[in-house]
Amino acid sequence: MKVKCLVRNPDDYLRETTRDIHKLPRNYDPNLHPLEAPREYTRALNAVKLDRVFAKPFLGSLDGHTEGISVLAKRPDSLSTIASGAFDGEIRLWNLVTRKCIKSVQAHENCIRGVVFTKDGERFASVGDDKTIKFWKTDPPAAGEQERPLKSIVSKVLLTGITFSPKIEKFATCGEICQIWEESRDEPVRSFKWGMDSADTVVFNPVEPHILGTCAQDRSITFYDIRESGPIKKLTLSMRSNQLAWNPMESFMYTVANEDFNLYSFDLRYLSSAVTIHRGHTSAVTCLDYSPTGLEIVSGSYDRTLRIFEGQKQFSREIYHTKRMQRITDVVWSSDDKYVINASDEMNLRIWKARASEKLGIIRPREKRALNYSQALINKYELFPKIRSINRHRHVPRYINTAQMKMKYSHQKEKRKEANRIAHSKPGTIAPVDDKSKFIVSKQ
Amino acid sequence: MVNKGKAGKPSSGHKNGRDQRKNPKGKNKFPGMRKERPKPKDDMDVDNEPWKKVPVRKGKPLFNPPPVPKDVLDKYTRGERLPQQEIASFRSKTLKKKALRAEKKIQWAEETTARAEVLLTEESGFLQTDEGEVSKYLTQKQIVANVDITSATKYFNLDLDFGPYRVDYTRNGRHLLIGGRRGHVAAFDWVTKRLHCEINVMEEVKDVQWLHLETMFATAQKNWVHVYDNCGVELHCLKQLQKVLRLTFLPHHFLLVSSSENSQLTWLDVSMGEIIKSTALKKGPLNVMAHNPYNGVVCLGHLNGTVSMWSPNQKKSLVSMLCHKAPVETLAIDSAGKYMATTSVNQELRVWDIRMLDGPLGKYRLRGNPVDTSFSQRGCVALAFNNVVEVYKQWNLGSYKKGAYIVHETLGNVSSLEFCPYEDILGIGTKKGFVSIIVPGAGEPNFDALEANPMQTKSQRREAEVKSLLDKVQPEMIVLEPSKLLEVNVPGLQDRIRAKVEILHAKVPKIEFTPRNKKRGNTARKARVKRIVKQDRKEAAVKELSAIQKKILAESASEEKKKPQASGGALDRFLPKQKR
Repeated sequence: MKVKCLVRNPDDYLRETTRDIHKLPRNYDPNLHPLEAPREYTRALNAVKLDRVFAKPFLGSLDGHTEGISVLAKRPDSLSTIASGAFDGEIRLWNLVTRKCIKSVQAHENCIRGVVFTKDGERFASVGDDKTIKFWKTDPPAAGEQERPLKSIVSKVLLTGITFSPKIEKFATCGEICQIWEESRDEPVRSFKWGMDSADTVVFNPVEPHILGTCAQDRSITFYDIRESGPIKKLTLSMRSNQLAWNPMESFMYTVANEDFNLYSFDLRYLSSAVTIHRGHTSAVTCLDYSPTGLEIVSGSYDRTLRIFEGQKQFSREIYHTKRMQRITDVVWSSDDKYVINASDEMNLRIWKARASEKLGIIRPREKRALNYSQALINKYELFPKIRSINRHRHVPRYINTAQMKMKYSHQKEKRKEANRIAHSKPGTIAPVDDKSKFIVSKQ
Repeated sequence: MVNKGKAGKPSSGHKNGRDQRKNPKGKNKFPGMRKERPKPKDDMDVDNEPWKKVPVRKGKPLFNPPPVPKDVLDKYTRGERLPQQEIASFRSKTLKKKALRAEKKIQWAEETTARAEVLLTEESGFLQTDEGEVSKYLTQKQIVANVDITSATKYFNLDLDFGPYRVDYTRNGRHLLIGGRRGHVAAFDWVTKRLHCEINVMEEVKDVQWLHLETMFATAQKNWVHVYDNCGVELHCLKQLQKVLRLTFLPHHFLLVSSSENSQLTWLDVSMGEIIKSTALKKGPLNVMAHNPYNGVVCLGHLNGTVSMWSPNQKKSLVSMLCHKAPVETLAIDSAGKYMATTSVNQELRVWDIRMLDGPLGKYRLRGNPVDTSFSQRGCVALAFNNVVEVYKQWNLGSYKKGAYIVHETLGNVSSLEFCPYEDILGIGTKKGFVSIIVPGAGEPNFDALEANPMQTKSQRREAEVKSLLDKVQPEMIVLEPSKLLEVNVPGLQDRIRAKVEILHAKVPKIEFTPRNKKRGNTARKARVKRIVKQDRKEAAVKELSAIQKKILAESASEEKKKPQASGGALDRFLPKQKR
């Protein structure tokens, strides 16, 4: 007779010293793991709840300006520096790590219209209502030294915006006309004009260094190629666009923040309709910025909220608001894709996390794995009603909620009316309105 | 089964149970290899199962691993695959890509888990008889003389005077709880024989049950259910659970289920201390109860020969199946939730497939009335008659006529049976105490430490408790098929037909319309407007409905048309015959 019984040698199963990690033998036999689906669902439910528990996006505010802030600029070679220009002509440089102002200059007599860093980040340029372009050193002045501009150029026309080309040594300003400058010269190299009205924003394409986009007050968006003699394309929407941002990863994609509460993403090659309409704001959208990955957009609005839109999705995944934050004037997405900084009317800059429940600081591999696992669970179960509603719900102030409801009703009303009109007219006489192109007035 | 080589023939009788087996042919059968491969240092011999071993150098496999056998893959299956043709028929390119990627991932997961079998270190026990020996005639003393010292200590007798005893092992098989009818309750670590507590509750004890950990247990006493901690301190007296006969615990739901003399079935959430559901069945005393570990459904045996299955979400039973023509005496469900064994007072054992609710798979006439039945993790079945316990190797008692695998005679009459999880041990509660006997090959050799760990330390236990509380499954999810949760809810054929029939028989809805109060115009004008609008809307509704009805009729007509028609030729004989 030969008999063998199950015997487990404790040495094989227990750790040798208390400093070791516990030994965890695994057996993936499904019979030993009953109720897989309900248990996984429970974990997903916990994960999504915890995600909302840890959603504390507001990190802090930077105060010091004595007038509303009009523009923001991020330094290309440093994650911790940001410049802000105010309506009283003051420019401040901030260190985001210490959350302190590192430098402050009274740059212009009136409102600052644009601030932008040079490629190397050692200088920055500003334009104001006093028709001058001024260049400044980024480093704070030595003790006793007076802060003076490195260079000052007086323009013949009013200037409302400035942008540096990412690759070539040129910069552009906008206003009544769009001008291309070289740093070594006091006169513009080229100037462009299309239409009578002046432009508010000018932005160089980050991938294609010769392409410029501008938003004008006559509701148009105009594109220039600075190698050609004139503008290349022009698009007029039904309402004014306040700002334009290029997708940093796909050179032909851009998004505009429009007065009609929406953001429109366009493909430069096909302007006849928008690729996506980003809805959700309850007032005019004033500013926007792309995440450095090109996958997300942050937008600030007159309704005192920030919204983050995912990729080409219609509705926002996140809404940020605080009680004291007023109308938002500008917003930037930090170059490390982790933070969003916005400037608002009430003289403060606010720093937010780009992903509300993300843990900041060093994450150990085990923790990272656990976080990845819960994210995977949320993704797997996102369409389950309970998980979906927890994941999507955001508490918003009552005025936003009311406005959203009103907008929803009016949108439904339009849709209903359109359907009725089609139903009661001769078939074929009325074509259904295409949402993605109905706001386009003309394209040239 | 999968571990063919493992349970098979041993070549050497090492007593520590970690013997090395030799490759029977001494030849490398590996298809991709040319040179003789150095023997793996590991105890495992994988030459018989080449799919288990892929040599890796610098993080890359040296060659493409041979495919995993189908029967092994089936064990780890993640459900049916989407057929390639169906994926190819997708219109959207993105969807097609997504589906293909998902399929690939699932396949990878299945294969990897199957290949991970190589990491299982322990092999199950076995009993190999010599010529002329019959295993059922082997006494425990003979078996003990042939096993190693550690295993020998696992056979023991406790002579106690408060019987008959009820027995319960914890989920990891490390701790034992016994409760004597005359009030004696003892909890101990039966491996080290360390006593946690021993009390006499001075009352009748009808059943004992561990809760989620070895720190708490419940006893069904004369009137009420009491909860004690592992020091024997009474934590709770649950007066809502009255005259309870049987207790069982659903570890993933944290539900203590009790069935009582007055036909009351109650689910108590022990993490919240709330009664989830209490149902009066009106089916007589409920003294036969077991739960299905696969889905958490509670099964009850009744006097009229039926077995009913209950979930706290439904007023009526989920299933009621007539299992016997005589009262059901005992009921046992295997740990995978596949089989249910029932015995009745007419000396019959029947085995059922409880996933298909099908059977009986086996019907056996027994030599007596079993007092208790139990399934082991590897499928052994134990039956207790008066003072004799018989263990069969499989639910399929094909060997019944040949005789049992192991037979053991106890001093007093047996009152309860339970196999110890992850051990080759059967615990027997008798009138005169408790006996633990060795049944080689009964327990699962390889445990999963994150599920149930017999070697758990205190800190691990604490962490596991928190984790399991976080993963607590809500009682709403107790259904017959828990994996349905992950499936898309496609309306069944019946529902679709019913919806169609409803549309075909639908009436035009009544149309209500109140004209707006406009200042101009009189009541006659208002009435006219009302009439016109109502008529218009009614016409529209009729038109819409008739259009849908026509569409449905056209569809069904086209289906009928597809039937082959008789052409009058010779081939007509192959057409299906017309029903008259």
